[in-house]
Amino acid sequence: MDFTYDDEQQALREAVRGLLATAYADHEARRRTVAAEPGFDRALWGRLAEMGILGLPFSESDGGVGAGPVEIGIVCQELGRVLAPEPYLSGVVHAGGLVAAVGTAEQRADLLGRLSAGDLLLAAADTSPGDRWAARADGVRASVVGDGWTLDGVADPVMGGESADCFVVTAALPDGGGTGVFLVAADDVSRSGYAAADLTRAATVRFEGSTATPLGEPGRDLAPSIATISDLTRILGANQALGVLQSQLRATTDYLRSRKQFGVTLNTFQALTFRAADMYVSLELVHSMVDWATMTIAGGDRDAVAEAADRVGLQVSRSSRHIGQEAIQLHGGIGMTAEYAVGVGTAHLAVLEQWLGNGPHHLARLAGRVDDHELVDAL
Amino acid sequence: MMGTPPATPTTRSHMQLALSPRDAEFRDRMREFFTTKVPREIRDTVLEGRHLTREQIVASQRILNAEGLAVPHWPTEWGGQDWTELQRHLWHEEMQRAGVPAPLAFNASMIGPVIAHFGSEEQKQRFLPATANLDIWWSQGFSEPDAGSDLAGLRTAAVRDGDDWVVNGQKTWTTLGQHGDWIFTLVRTDPEVKKQQGISMLLIDMTTPGVEVRPIELIDGGHEVNEVWFSDVRVPGDLLVGEPGAGWTMAKFLLGNERVGVAPVGATKRALATLKATAADQLADPLVRARVAELENELLALELTALRVVAHSSDGAPHPASSVLKLRGTELQQAVSELALDLAGPASLAARAGDDSPQEGWARRSAPTYLNLRKASIYGGSNEIQRQIISRTILGL
Ligand SMILES: Cc1cc2nc3c(=O)[nH]c(=O)nc-3n(C[C@H](O)[C@H](O)[C@H](O)COP(=O)(O)OP(=O)(O)OC[C@H]3O[C@@H](n4cnc5c(N)ncnc54)[C@H](O)[C@@H]3O)c2cc1C
Repeated sequence: MDFTYDDEQQALREAVRGLLATAYADHEARRRTVAAEPGFDRALWGRLAEMGILGLPFSESDGGVGAGPVEIGIVCQELGRVLAPEPYLSGVVHAGGLVAAVGTAEQRADLLGRLSAGDLLLAAADTSPGDRWAARADGVRASVVGDGWTLDGVADPVMGGESADCFVVTAALPDGGGTGVFLVAADDVSRSGYAAADLTRAATVRFEGSTATPLGEPGRDLAPSIATISDLTRILGANQALGVLQSQLRATTDYLRSRKQFGVTLNTFQALTFRAADMYVSLELVHSMVDWATMTIAGGDRDAVAEAADRVGLQVSRSSRHIGQEAIQLHGGIGMTAEYAVGVGTAHLAVLEQWLGNGPHHLARLAGRVDDHELVDAL
Repeated sequence: MMGTPPATPTTRSHMQLALSPRDAEFRDRMREFFTTKVPREIRDTVLEGRHLTREQIVASQRILNAEGLAVPHWPTEWGGQDWTELQRHLWHEEMQRAGVPAPLAFNASMIGPVIAHFGSEEQKQRFLPATANLDIWWSQGFSEPDAGSDLAGLRTAAVRDGDDWVVNGQKTWTTLGQHGDWIFTLVRTDPEVKKQQGISMLLIDMTTPGVEVRPIELIDGGHEVNEVWFSDVRVPGDLLVGEPGAGWTMAKFLLGNERVGVAPVGATKRALATLKATAADQLADPLVRARVAELENELLALELTALRVVAHSSDGAPHPASSVLKLRGTELQQAVSELALDLAGPASLAARAGDDSPQEGWARRSAPTYLNLRKASIYGGSNEIQRQIISRTILGL
């Protein structure tokens, strides 16, 4: 039982932090990047590829680096710290994760190799209007046409979908045959890009007889794998949220020490310092849960990962609301502005949560299972 | 990652969830001992939230002490164990899980370590074995009517008279003082210097003439705390620990230890599990299920934080985040008691009914327990004081 990083993990953190510090030295740099096309920094993306960061989750035979969840979590935390708009969680962890989980060896080597090299952008289209975090697709339907497959329907929101080269789509198989996963080229869909509340890019993707390549064995129900990859994405998304929360508390304490009103700095007022102390409590608790959930992945048990995703999802929701809201309040008016990172961080937390599964959703799932165990043990 | 062909398993110890085989074996040994060697009746009393008698507390501690499990955090020459922080944590968790009463905190966590650290050789010989074995029941005489959170404002005075000290004043909130054989007190030995520097630690035999213990009734109807009055109490000079004026240093040392042991994660988990079982029919209500699920999640986050804290504590110095454990641990302890009260509903009104009450025991105890546990966020450094510690020492505010 150990909650510390080893030297290599420390070095990875330093390297990623250093790289991100050049691209996003301050919040102004992020503002410029999200205002311009394609909404993230392509040069930074290329450097992440060179450093092997894009290939971290994938095995070496698939063209990746074969790192573990802790390493990927470190990257996500660092991205969260600076609110990096790069489509890492959506494109690499989620879409790439789906390919890794269900693709044939050939498909994996091709797609993940190019993804790791920074030559291919993927986005996962797994949600249709009205869906709420289900692994079973119904808004996009797959049909067999001749000796190929086509898709019809609408996916939205597709996170990172605005500039994706290909979509990894979950679609209902014919005759109630479950949910398959397909690869569709961007040229074969109509897409409208937009910015989410945190100014990261998403898209509505419409399929109208779009040519689709089944990933893995055609026609097989892949819902369990889809669910597991969503759970992994949730846990890594929790790492990203943790990075945001850490930055928000740091910014808030810095501000309380420097901002003066009534002739004194704000940290003179215990009403404020106590609220900062409560933020710290929330942060420590969620930090423990994020580490735990991330370590649970290594155990390789799907059910344990699903439970960890719900548990960390709920905890991240609680602390995102608490810390994200208090960070704005304790900054006063400046916390409301787009030019200041604190409030934008709260927007990012809201997007992460509603994308990956919100607090009430995870609580409902956990509540459904309260009588299947006597007590919950950490170890 | 999962979904990709499994990477070669590595055997590194960093970022690892499982206990090492050695620690797992340790935990099983603790579990085995606690669940088989401490009488069922004592453990049921704890698990059901009933009051222990003095005899039960003493009996339990002696069983632990005979096995070297009463004071593991003391120096080994005085009965301590050469354990890691994690092993101490596992010992504490397993104890709570089994319903074994923790060794009396006043003895094991408070005055024992102080005497072991600051006492004379003679004091160690005289008090430590008896303290570990609960042959002496210690009371804590720190708080006074006008000195609570601001403890350094205490006024109980000890004045030199030959080799002796003569003590006058009043302590209050003395937990279980009615059982006390001895009381360790903070007394003012020098009114002239800065207030922290005029304080000393004096050990007082509670049978000495001039010591009077008066009960205080609490909101749960129980007699748990007392006032202790001192009128011209004559205390031999060799019962002052360390140097005169060093009492504040010892108090800080002691209160730091108190904070670490005070987060009852295991006991709260146990209480919630028991509640789930006894009020199982109410789990049909989705709102109840949601409250239980939320509490279980909060407790998991707290337990994990406790593990992070023990893993990072070095040299026994408390990790700064130990304030989180006190703060959140007591809040959750209170929240579980609040859930119990809600689940009991009207049955909770029968709190003081006789044994012929048709209501179940747990439900009748729920209101007193809920009321009693309000104390948890007040003592051991109130939760506001913990916020002060966090904002000042951790956040630098
Ligand atoms: C059941 C029980 C058992 C106890 N057992 C013992 C015992 O055995 N021996 C012993 O010596 N003592 C014991 N205590 C006393 C306990 O340590 C004190 O109650 C505690 O230190 C708080 O002091 P107080 O009650 O005087 O409250 P006060 O210090 O007067 O505090 C009143 C309120 O103000 C808050 N407050 C105080 N200072 C600050 C500040 N600087 N900033 C913000 N808020 C502040 C407090 O948190 C509290 O909410 C016990 C108390 C209880 C309730």
